[in-house]
Amino acid sequence: MIKNKAKSVLFHIVALAVGMIAMIPFFWMVSTSFKSQGALMTLPIQWIPSAPTLEAYTRVFSMFPFARAIFNSLFIAVSYTLITILASSMAAFVFAKMQIPFANGLFKVYLASMMIPTQITLIPLFVVMNKIGLINTYGSVIFPSLFRAFAVFMLVQTMKTIPNDFLEAARIDGANPFQIYRKIMMPMCAPTIATLCVTTFMDSWNDYLWPLVMLSNKNFMTLPLALNQLNGQYATQYNVLMAGSLLSMLPIIIVYIFAQRYFKSGLMAGGIKG
Amino acid sequence: MTKKKKAIMETLHAFPFLLPSVIGLFIFCLIPLVISVFLSMTDWNGLEKLTSSGFFAKHFIGLENYIKILSGKEFYQVLLNTCYFIVLYIPLMLAASIGIAMLLNSPRKGIGLYRILYYIPVLTSWVAGALIWRWVLSPQYGIMNNILAMFHITGPNWLQDAKWAMPAIVMASVWKDMGFFGLILLSGLQGISKSYYEAAKVDGAGKWKQFSSITLPLLTPTLFFVLVVALINSFQLFPQVMIMTDGGPNGATQVMVERIYNYGFRYFKMGYAAAFSWLLFIIIFALTSLQLKMQKGWVHYD
Repeated sequence: MIKNKAKSVLFHIVALAVGMIAMIPFFWMVSTSFKSQGALMTLPIQWIPSAPTLEAYTRVFSMFPFARAIFNSLFIAVSYTLITILASSMAAFVFAKMQIPFANGLFKVYLASMMIPTQITLIPLFVVMNKIGLINTYGSVIFPSLFRAFAVFMLVQTMKTIPNDFLEAARIDGANPFQIYRKIMMPMCAPTIATLCVTTFMDSWNDYLWPLVMLSNKNFMTLPLALNQLNGQYATQYNVLMAGSLLSMLPIIIVYIFAQRYFKSGLMAGGIKG
Repeated sequence: MTKKKKAIMETLHAFPFLLPSVIGLFIFCLIPLVISVFLSMTDWNGLEKLTSSGFFAKHFIGLENYIKILSGKEFYQVLLNTCYFIVLYIPLMLAASIGIAMLLNSPRKGIGLYRILYYIPVLTSWVAGALIWRWVLSPQYGIMNNILAMFHITGPNWLQDAKWAMPAIVMASVWKDMGFFGLILLSGLQGISKSYYEAAKVDGAGKWKQFSSITLPLLTPTLFFVLVVALINSFQLFPQVMIMTDGGPNGATQVMVERIYNYGFRYFKMGYAAAFSWLLFIIIFALTSLQLKMQKGWVHYD
């Protein structure tokens, strides 16, 4: 009994210590965001601001259209996720359940494409997007979601586990392929789709390189880009930068707390960026 | 219905389902790949129209970009920097994430809270994370050197010091990724059947023996997955470098993707950047194949 208690205390000490390491930078961020410009560079440093102020936050809101950036991020991430799920699940249905001549070869192309780093397609796609006038539009960051090999792969794996008897039964009842896809495949893949939703949303929400190249107009910037811009303007005013960082983190943390279950099971899925 | 007719029907049915994804495959993967190969053999500056007449004759330079990259010093310095990152990052990240997985694997009160704590860095975008770390590592006014000072250690100039810049980036990266890989390893741990441990206990195996002869071997498939992902990610290191050091000081933290971005979008040497990106692909491809081959030696599937 006593031994168990001691073990439990030891566990919490270790777990808290690791938690502290993870949290100290955030503590420093929150603390700094409530400091005035002058309090940044005082020695000894103030762990907790001696005269807390909202100066940095008003600065962030007045200087940068943060509300707009939050909207852009949300709009892009939600559209990106929806298109990924739709296009990938439709393709996966064919690969998993239909016997057509070229499907196997095509699926191999999908698998092989997962090895290609996005950086290779970045420059040519910049050229193409520029040519068709998609640079500085939502489309330039949303449309690549049409092709997400990893999502297709994940969904094929799940759909293969759905017994063919279900499909046969539906076919005998007169269901067409679209009804089978909608009424049988999609509902039965719900857990995989849910995890894919969360991981795809996160990938899009936090993406940096792709939007950095495609979106240079302030009106279309996502949160990471807005922060990047803020960094360009206030390179050393860390109270402003930290306030911006904090604001940029809040939405995803709220999403996480509500969707924790899916995050957990979706981890294997999110490991490789497609 | 004849068999052949049925096959045609099925193909017709499949067509609309495949269409969006295959359009995506062509526009966002295959066509850019072809253009990229072509670009990598030109000295295009990103300004002149690609379709203008005589473009090919004027700008085609064959393998010159590749030769220039491979015969210069920079490419090898960049590789060396990346290797330095990997040598520090992989062991530290593995130790931290195995530790987190073991912690979260014990059924105790408050686990849910710890899980959130360890996962918040993963949720943070790298831009925010890198800005936070830049300020944490500020030599005089940052919290890191002030904590070190409590133990009477004088912290270095971190990001302004060529010797310490890469270790600093490693530190931030371990902090950012340990929760992610920790939770992946946790799912691996939870997949190990309890009966192995019970059998080991009957045989009188101690905690360390259990860890080394049950947990570790049975965790190898997950570990393998983690290693593959971590290595690929290491070669694609980008936002943390861009924001924390911008490749400096003195090129000590220049890495592949940072070079590709800078050559393409800052110096407008698109052809050179495209060639660089193909070299990156070759490296990643070779490493992944090598890992797949070597896994037979140490990964146990039951």
